[in-house]
Amino acid sequence: MHIPDGFIDLKTAVSTAVVSAGVLAAAIYKVKSYFKAKVIALMGVMSALIFALQMINFPILGGTSGHLLGGALAAIVLGPNAGAIVIAVVLIVQAFIFMDGGVIALGANIFNMAIIGVYGSYLIYWLIGKISKKRTIFLISVAVASWLSVVIASFFAALELGISGTYAMGITLKAMVGVHMIIGIGEVVITVAVIAFINKIRPDLILTRERSL
Amino acid sequence: MVGIIAALVIAMFVSVFASSFPDGLEKVAENLGFIDKAEQVVPESAFLIPDYVFGAVDNELWQTSLAGMSGVLIILAVFGVVYLIYKAAGKKK
Repeated sequence: MHIPDGFIDLKTAVSTAVVSAGVLAAAIYKVKSYFKAKVIALMGVMSALIFALQMINFPILGGTSGHLLGGALAAIVLGPNAGAIVIAVVLIVQAFIFMDGGVIALGANIFNMAIIGVYGSYLIYWLIGKISKKRTIFLISVAVASWLSVVIASFFAALELGISGTYAMGITLKAMVGVHMIIGIGEVVITVAVIAFINKIRPDLILTRERSL
Repeated sequence: MVGIIAALVIAMFVSVFASSFPDGLEKVAENLGFIDKAEQVVPESAFLIPDYVFGAVDNELWQTSLAGMSGVLIILAVFGVVYLIYKAAGKKK
């Protein structure tokens, strides 16, 4: 759901960009406290992997496609702060090199996918993790968090479109959230598969398993 | 590392099977009739690999494949630079 330029007005683009920049600055500051060679390497690999996975558009009903956003995946492996940076890097490279997502709308896209999608999904994951650390509960929390990350991100994207006066707020919200409730299922399948795989071969790489970041 | 290989394989070989249907937002914009509001603020020629098409080759599959590979390498390079800065900063202390 990369918003192209022209879909949102300047005030929406600027205000989301300011909030995004602020949150990312705070995230960088926080990540620095546990910055180690391993964390940087893991962030790089996760970022490259999520970029690659985002290229895979899977078809859903009605001639529509969806692709992974990766917010929950990044948040659960790396914690929300490093996760937000990782997704932001993907979005910045996509906007400036691949013409995917607007340049003026970049702040809004970072806000929806790298901030709301990441911190939102992490909160859900963390709350469910409070119940139990068992593997089944862990995988359920991954599924719920990844589905919601897409749905919340689409809700905010629709909100920005509505505020910009691009189309009537109510209808946009209903349409965007509706279609992303289905796309979110793809997000769940990919996220659970990747996390379950990492959890099996290198559980130590899921940094949020042992402590909260 | 497994992750890097996986990223390259997905970006280079799985990406060519990607669906070309409009994504959720594009579909909503089409249905509600505001897709034409999309603007090209920066000219397409300013982008290195616009729309995931690696222009230096003619074959469509390779265009996607090389675009994916470039993206993965660019992102790894970004974090490589971060790593070098981190190491350089560590030495000063």
